[in-house]
Amino acid sequence: MVTNHETAHMVDHEAEANDRVMFGFWVYLMTDLLMFAVLFAVYAVLHGKTLGGESGRELFSLPLALTGTLILLTSSFTCGIGMIAARGGKKNLTLLWFGVTFILGLAFLGLELYEFTELIHEGHTLRSNAFLSSFFVLVGTHGLHITSGLLWMAITLVYVIRRGLNSHLVRKLALLSLFWHFLDIVWIFIFTIVYLKAFV
Amino acid sequence: MKELLLGKLDGNALPHEWFTIAGSISFILLVIITALIITRLKRWKWLWNDWLTSVDPKKIGIMYFFVSGFMLIRGGLDAIMLWLQQALSSGSSQGYLSADHYQQIFTAHGNIMVFFVAMGFIFGLINYIVPLQIGARDLASPFLNTLGFWLFVAGVVMVNMFFLFGGEYAATGWLAVAPLSGKEFSPGVGVDYWIWSLQISGIGTTLGAINFIMTILKMRAPGMTLWKMPMFTWGSLCSMIMAVTVFPLLTATLFLVFFDRYLGTHFFTTLGGGDPMMYTNLIWMWGHPEVYILMLPAFGVFSEVVSTFSRKAIASYTSNVLGMIGVSVLALSVWLHHFFTMGAGANVNAFFGVMTMIIAIPTSVLVFTWIATMYKGRIRFDTPMLWFLGFVVIFAIGGIAGVMLAVPPVDFQLHNSLFLVAHFHSMVIGGVLFGIFCAITYWFPKFTGLKLNERIGRYAFWCWMIGFCMSFIPMYILGMLGATRRLDHYDASTGWQPFFVLMLIGGIIIAIGVALQLAQILASFIQKNRLRDTTGDPWNGRTLEWATASPPQFYNFTVIPHITTRDAFWEKKHHKLPKPAYEDIHMPKNTAAGIYISIFAFLVGFGFVWEIIWLVAVSIIGIIVVFVVRGFNEHPEYTITAAEVQQLEETRARKDLAVSRPEKHDDTDEDMGLWQLIGIVFGFAKDVIRNKRWRKW
Amino acid sequence: MSKINKKKHSPGGLLLLILLGLASFGLLLAFLLRGKNVALFNPKGLIAQAQLDLMLLTIIVLLVIALPTLFLVFFIAWKYRESNQKTIHHSGTRHSKLLDLSMWSIPTAFMLVLAVIMWSATHRLVPQKTIAADAKPIRIQVVSMRWKWLFIYPDYNIATVNFVQVPLDTPVQFDLTADEAPMSSFWIPNLGGQLYSMTGHVNRLNLIADTPGDYPGSSAEINGAGFSGMKFTARASNMDDFYRWVQEVKQSPEVLDTATYDGVLEPSENNSVAVYSAYTKGLYDRVLTKYAGSHTQRPAIYEAKH
Repeated sequence: MVTNHETAHMVDHEAEANDRVMFGFWVYLMTDLLMFAVLFAVYAVLHGKTLGGESGRELFSLPLALTGTLILLTSSFTCGIGMIAARGGKKNLTLLWFGVTFILGLAFLGLELYEFTELIHEGHTLRSNAFLSSFFVLVGTHGLHITSGLLWMAITLVYVIRRGLNSHLVRKLALLSLFWHFLDIVWIFIFTIVYLKAFV
Repeated sequence: MKELLLGKLDGNALPHEWFTIAGSISFILLVIITALIITRLKRWKWLWNDWLTSVDPKKIGIMYFFVSGFMLIRGGLDAIMLWLQQALSSGSSQGYLSADHYQQIFTAHGNIMVFFVAMGFIFGLINYIVPLQIGARDLASPFLNTLGFWLFVAGVVMVNMFFLFGGEYAATGWLAVAPLSGKEFSPGVGVDYWIWSLQISGIGTTLGAINFIMTILKMRAPGMTLWKMPMFTWGSLCSMIMAVTVFPLLTATLFLVFFDRYLGTHFFTTLGGGDPMMYTNLIWMWGHPEVYILMLPAFGVFSEVVSTFSRKAIASYTSNVLGMIGVSVLALSVWLHHFFTMGAGANVNAFFGVMTMIIAIPTSVLVFTWIATMYKGRIRFDTPMLWFLGFVVIFAIGGIAGVMLAVPPVDFQLHNSLFLVAHFHSMVIGGVLFGIFCAITYWFPKFTGLKLNERIGRYAFWCWMIGFCMSFIPMYILGMLGATRRLDHYDASTGWQPFFVLMLIGGIIIAIGVALQLAQILASFIQKNRLRDTTGDPWNGRTLEWATASPPQFYNFTVIPHITTRDAFWEKKHHKLPKPAYEDIHMPKNTAAGIYISIFAFLVGFGFVWEIIWLVAVSIIGIIVVFVVRGFNEHPEYTITAAEVQQLEETRARKDLAVSRPEKHDDTDEDMGLWQLIGIVFGFAKDVIRNKRWRKW
Repeated sequence: MSKINKKKHSPGGLLLLILLGLASFGLLLAFLLRGKNVALFNPKGLIAQAQLDLMLLTIIVLLVIALPTLFLVFFIAWKYRESNQKTIHHSGTRHSKLLDLSMWSIPTAFMLVLAVIMWSATHRLVPQKTIAADAKPIRIQVVSMRWKWLFIYPDYNIATVNFVQVPLDTPVQFDLTADEAPMSSFWIPNLGGQLYSMTGHVNRLNLIADTPGDYPGSSAEINGAGFSGMKFTARASNMDDFYRWVQEVKQSPEVLDTATYDGVLEPSENNSVAVYSAYTKGLYDRVLTKYAGSHTQRPAIYEAKH
């Protein structure tokens, strides 16, 4: 009886801790969103300051941005499926779907790096003018978030392979998927405000 | 090759001004002496295990007090240096500091006082008191808490680097206004130190604030609804919600300044399409709420103190809470009043003027609730209450000045003058710092188990009051005379010198006040038997923290209480409770991860300041590794069984019982006076010298 | 100090001591203020006068609420002190809706009054607004540099450094901008409030003087090493004196051509007064367009591409 009672106590304790961590992570995401809000505001103020250089319409490639967007959206979807598998305790399925998510994320990052290097090769660097400064920093900050998400994903998956799907790791994956969806949403804003708006 | 290894660092960077050399030497001596004492007492292990790696919010709170207290003296020395320069430097005399040094000192003074004194004390208080007030054993994330504290310490070290290690500090004013802070006008490393000091400690603040929001919203004792929370917890909650709202803005803005300086972007530059006015907006969107982040917990403290010492529940609890919520919401919409003079149109200026006036309404409501609380109370005037009354006077003066500044045409005349400086010192000293002193006096028994010496405390209070009036009333007047802030020199024909001299004298009186506060603590420890608090409730308190022992057990509450009313402890005191049934307690294990991450974070900053790229890269990898090791540690907690809890409680009770029968004869009936303290200290020194006791050490 | 402590049981004695201290401190300050130019209380023009009136009005409204509140705090604290046996003490709090209502409505009413005063005054005294007067306004273009003030008189084709002279009762339009300098704030306390000068922007500040005299002016905003030496004199004189001065300046051998301007632009501290009998046409506009991002000013990168 005593052990039963104690196990129940432990489970309660853990559930509470889970609840707290989830809530705290939401608060963290809000702070991150505010940071992006600043970068968006800065972009809104500076996007016209091209000093006579090309504007977004001439520099951006819509098909490229659209491809990136679709890849990221798909990765959000696969991440969701992976999370369902993780909650169901299906280790291999979890690894598969998060693996797909990881590859899609990597592809998105590759596209972004390709876009950046092209621009820099043509002489459009973040030193050129205020518009390009704000563009590179806004999109680059998102890219940096994607990179850290990928790093986090890789490390967590390694632990899942070694330790199996315990509650601790499922919680990690849940936070990670929150983070990933969040980055997806931020990207939708970037796609709309930076890329689409340049062609309207 | 050298550049690859050391970046911009070379011999020129080492301290070579008299005050930086003096700073370095005294700091090195201090470190050596401290290290020697710790080694001699064989306390290294104890220091590391019991304090530095501790995740107990009570211990972290005390460590915040230590660091912030130290910084208060450091920032106070800055203030005296500034005042001395201004008192001397009139007409043909140039004083003893160059303009550049002077500007570095006032920048450092502002940063240290706001970030590392006021913020540190406030975070220390919240750490210690909030979990006790809401009936929690710990914070939601003990790891984030130690990380936040150690990032704060990294920021402290960074802000002091310019004389501990070398280089210079920003000479731009505490907010490093653009474009002055750009590479074009400030090519040295000063602004970089500024950026990284604020960046590192600011991230720590954000993490800490997230943690406290989680704690307050998710870990209150059963039955404690939001509307039953104590006032200080409410103030802290409002403050922390504001902190998570605005600190990300600071983080983003600092990164943009950093990119401007380091990567050559054009966010706030004059050329290249940058917009310096945008910087002014962004920094004040954070900067104004920051003041209220400090102020709201202090409001909470005053509510607690007035209620306790009037022996009445706070009057109009709802109005008081709504007042604090109102202040925190409105504080987000007034930032433009810091630059009416930048040339916005009448509508914009008038709008922000009106918003600023509206914020005076909830603030006045708070004052009225305190008056109503005192009404028909049974008021005792212990030192916390003195600090409260002093606060009311200075805050009223500062408040009047503040509303004057909120009227744009009046602000055109007063902005950037010493009047403005006097105004915000009234708010930050009279409001925040007095609030902190009030809180420390009030909760000192909880922190240490000792009440503070009342007599010397009163002397200290009067020194602060008199010194404050003597420094800041002339400062208001100087503003009216047309003296701008941050002057390192002025013409003799202006006739300002006598006022600057008065300010210096006032500053010295305040310094005596600080010395007396240290003496007060010393005297309290000398008379510890007399002042010991064995009840856990020395003031006849009302809130839950007084239900614990003084100081509390490391798990705070043996049994988590069930709350039915506001002033939970007050109600409980009048009902006898059955003996508690002990149960298992889960506590977090100590961790050094926060220390390691902060060291690496510091090195990232240091690497960027001196452009040592390998150091930055290595440190970032270090941070990631520590995070991974810590993050995937699945056993961060341990359990104390019910039997162990019972044993701990019984030991504690025996110990308290032993102390509660003090030997009366070795103490006088009254609190020790100043002369008596001096006598004891001299006697001790004489004893040490005469009996050559130092040999034994 | 110890005297105060001993008197802690008699609030009357303490009050007396505090009042005595404040009174003697006030006397000392008053003594020190004799014969000083208390700039904000010594307005020499319409704008400064209006700003002073507004300030005094604000103070009065605020004191009407603050003084009784302060008095109440101390009176109640004294009346309900523990040692006072004559009063009734209550430990319970009865909740009173009326109390809540008055707590919120009294400060709201005061702030409403102030807000109304402030709103109209802000629109009336907006610095960009041209001052209505009989005389035709005089234009003065101001460039803040490290660390000096350049004044250009487009109507008279003269320029000065760290000295500006204006005719009495004539509205003056200062067009403030900056060149290769951080933000500065242009402030002549005797004539009226300040405004920032920034690169690439023109901030117009309208002032007027009604009494002849020399009034100190400075930068109120920190802008680097030479900050506290960045002072100038604003002289107000009658029209005849003003014209005489203009003629004098026109006799100056120095001319502010591009080369001279570049010399003036070099950072320097504690500059003395300089006058220029003429300046190169379009000087002020060039200072502005330098920061406007025009095609000629864009980075070399673009030049290569086109």
